[in-house]
Amino acid sequence: MDRLELVCPAGTPAALRAAVDAGADTIYCGFRDETNARNFPGLNFSREELAEGVRYAHNAGVKLLVAINTFPRAGEPEKWHAAVDDAAKYGADAVILADLGLLAYAAEKQSQLRRHLSVQAAAANADAINFYVDTFGVKRVVLPRVLTVQEIAAINRQIKCETEVFVFGGLCVMAEGRCALSAYATGRSPNMNGACSPASHVVYREEGSDLVSKLGPFTINRVKRGAPAPYPTLCKGCFSAGGYEGHVFEDPVSLDAATLLQEFAKAGVTALKIEGRQRSRSYIQTVVRSFREATEAQAKGLPIMANELKRLTEGQTTTAGAYAKTWR
Amino acid sequence: MQPAIDIVAVPAPVRLFLRPLPLLPLRLMLERMVLGLIRRRPGLFARLDHHAEKTFLIDPLDLPFVFRLKPRQDRPTVEPLRRGEEGMFDARIAGPLGALMGMIHGAFDGDALFFSRDIVIEGDTEAVLALRNALDDGEIDLMEEAAAAFGPFRPAIEPFLKRATPIAERVTGLPLRRVDTMQF
Repeated sequence: MDRLELVCPAGTPAALRAAVDAGADTIYCGFRDETNARNFPGLNFSREELAEGVRYAHNAGVKLLVAINTFPRAGEPEKWHAAVDDAAKYGADAVILADLGLLAYAAEKQSQLRRHLSVQAAAANADAINFYVDTFGVKRVVLPRVLTVQEIAAINRQIKCETEVFVFGGLCVMAEGRCALSAYATGRSPNMNGACSPASHVVYREEGSDLVSKLGPFTINRVKRGAPAPYPTLCKGCFSAGGYEGHVFEDPVSLDAATLLQEFAKAGVTALKIEGRQRSRSYIQTVVRSFREATEAQAKGLPIMANELKRLTEGQTTTAGAYAKTWR
Repeated sequence: MQPAIDIVAVPAPVRLFLRPLPLLPLRLMLERMVLGLIRRRPGLFARLDHHAEKTFLIDPLDLPFVFRLKPRQDRPTVEPLRRGEEGMFDARIAGPLGALMGMIHGAFDGDALFFSRDIVIEGDTEAVLALRNALDDGEIDLMEEAAAAFGPFRPAIEPFLKRATPIAERVTGLPLRRVDTMQF
């Protein structure tokens, strides 16, 4: 069986080198601005760093993708157009896009540049995916994290492009690209500004033995001493509502679908995506190495053991998410 | 909850030994290291952006002093201060010395240390992220920086550091070198 392609994140040039050296097949990264959905302080690539990153990756036989997966502001598409043009200019192997207008621009102006559909486009059925393939020549779609393995298999039987699925990292269960929770609390959204729960609006405060985390004016979590500290995203907050007190939308757990690699391969998946461009080179090295071993085992038809990466994750707990439908 | 990352605290006798030591020599040494770092790695400041103007309190909880860092490109300062004399700061990063050094040296992931509550942050979260990301991309090795801070005496100091650092790591359990340069 073919080995699943391992698509790994890089938030900095150091992380890119760590991912390449740890066994990534493909790296994805973004420019240092709001054109990508990880627009965090101190993160991402200048044009010069991207050019050097492409050289480093290609010398190791690794592909490099550029995520330009936010939605251009009305009347100001130039920054997004320039990102597409520069990704092509500096030798990226593909761009990861979500916006219809930007897909149209890329298909017309940089037709030789391979186009992937970002999870931010939330294309979750065969008709939607085939529209992107037929209209914009999309070669690969990154599937939302709300589908079961059976649904992924069904989609793969009906579409004309490759699929890529998230296998490890932060777990977003909202309709990606449409979620307005962060914008409601802060006025800034991952879709337009490139940051969900932007750090500029996050405050941590110790109150006695409790750690309180706030996003804008809202208290999102209060955890006791010894409990894992969550990042204050609204979807993973702890609230009282309708007589229920707890994680109303989603528990603060992370995705780990390592044990499902054989099922993904049988379902026709081409590539596995590791989330975490905001994480350190230490995280990248550990996670990529672990999944490289797992994909080697998958290609040989060997059983894949659950890995020991929980300590790196938010919530210090992992789940197979919607893939296995054991999850609230 | 998973056990926290294996972080060794600075032993109590070492803390006692350090407590009365004068801080001026340490300050001079640290400032030479930071100046050298800036010269060799200007990219650090591109990542810090306007956060380079902020004041960071680096608080190793198992040491008798803290460090107030102002990473300004034109005149960076690092002041070791006795506890209780911390003064004003924009952001504070606190945790065992081993966790903070491990983060700088690429041994530990900053988010994982935060999730497991081995480190605590307060104040300007955006500035903390910018500093964390800049340092992570810098692939800094504090022992190399310490050797470089000796300027013309580096050739005399470096062989001693190369021999002493692995021994000090084994004795203290602290990650004293960048992870991918363990052969230093």
